[in-house]
Amino acid sequence: MLLLNASGCLDALAAPWVARSFDGFVTKTVTPEAREGNPPVRIAETESGMLNSIGLANPGRERFLAETLPELRRLGVPLWVSVGGFSADDYAETCAALEGVTIELNLSCPNVEEAAESAAEIVAACRAVTAAPLFAKLSPAAANIGLVACAVEAAGADGLSLVNTLRGLVLDERLAPRLARATGGYSGAPLKPVALAAVYACRAVSGLPIVGMGGVRSGRDALELVACGATHVALGTALFSDTDAAPRVRAELAEELARAGFGCVEEAFCLAHTPVVAGDN
Amino acid sequence: MPRRERARVRAVEQVGAYSLVRLRRGRLETGSPGQFFMLEAPGCPLPRALSLSSAPAGELAFLIDPVGRGTRALAALEPGEEIAVFGPLGRGFRLDRPRPLLVGGGIGIAPLPFLSEALEHPPAVLGFRSARHAEAALLLPGAEVVVDPVLVTDAIPLDRDVLACGPEPMLRALRELCPGAQLAWEAPMACGYGACYGCVVELDGALKRLCVEGPVLCFS
Repeated sequence: MLLLNASGCLDALAAPWVARSFDGFVTKTVTPEAREGNPPVRIAETESGMLNSIGLANPGRERFLAETLPELRRLGVPLWVSVGGFSADDYAETCAALEGVTIELNLSCPNVEEAAESAAEIVAACRAVTAAPLFAKLSPAAANIGLVACAVEAAGADGLSLVNTLRGLVLDERLAPRLARATGGYSGAPLKPVALAAVYACRAVSGLPIVGMGGVRSGRDALELVACGATHVALGTALFSDTDAAPRVRAELAEELARAGFGCVEEAFCLAHTPVVAGDN
Repeated sequence: MPRRERARVRAVEQVGAYSLVRLRRGRLETGSPGQFFMLEAPGCPLPRALSLSSAPAGELAFLIDPVGRGTRALAALEPGEEIAVFGPLGRGFRLDRPRPLLVGGGIGIAPLPFLSEALEHPPAVLGFRSARHAEAALLLPGAEVVVDPVLVTDAIPLDRDVLACGPEPMLRALRELCPGAQLAWEAPMACGYGACYGCVVELDGALKRLCVEGPVLCFS
């Protein structure tokens, strides 16, 4: 099991010591053109989570490839590059320029316009131009995420990243939206049951590797994702309040496994899918 | 290099309308004036960004305006409780200006006691919205104090090197009056260390990420 950061939740060049605490670093989403991102206010806390409306701020493909990626390679951490765009061609052109990395296709940012093509069409366009491992990051807002998972698998995806944030809205005391763009991506602890359900549903229909993420704060949370079918786990919002989250979650996971009598994390894989036999009352 | 530690509360003191939260320093560095720390706010999912107010021996002190859920939770801390503290973070004030003048508006007085000590107590002008809020001026002895409707921009000499912290309208007015001013900005912040890209402010049409480019920005 790899422990990763969720895309958009860590800048490895600003905090290399945090990036090195993971088994791989997932970049912020790279788009063909540079993006300043959305206007402020971009962050709003909720009762137990948060909204973000960053809007895929990034230096654009050319500068990423020429400046950011070489610096990231010097960190010595396996790299996952999150790729975004506004058409299948956008995604494919970036994928064609990437070598020696795992690619995560961001097919589900709630803060920008979506591409016209379906997730499967985008995956197929990228598959045609790269042999790099391709993970499709899906939205939990899909009516039937299992169907989407099957479609992107058939289109050539090598794995799934589950889940991105859900679109949410927070009002201030005057009943006005706190975020400048009104809505944002909802993340943090409340997303965990949504992530578990998505991983569970996709594992039921697909044998692909799955990076499970959404509201993971503890080793127990990571274990639950594995039990639902995740092969890897990523931390997102937890990193904002705890830069030591990766080593802490690893240590807690080891304790959870020992307490449950598992020799390794793989023994807990898909346990939630084992039919439960009702006992006699 | 910032550190993350659990810090024990020594005391929480009332200073006019504000609360001074005094923490044991432990192995945390104080950083330079204008830098900030992320403080765990009990019961809140995100920590709160607060600039250091003063650093007596073995201590870190933060002045807090308890206006929201997180700041109220911090002001309600009891001696002996522990919270996670991460810092120092960001870029503070440059201290090499020949004729410094400290300017604070409201809770913007927060980083000025530490800054004043580093600069050996230069002149200061403070503005508050009420006499009760103005009681916080005792943290900066000798400062000139104005209370609403008088504004700090009415009271400052223009031939000084301004180092200021306060509400955004005050900072934007100071930029016009004193083009070389060093100004400490504020924005909602999730992480404090460059991870989330949430804490941007728009200045001259460009977005500045406050936690790594600021919070103190200077345009001269």
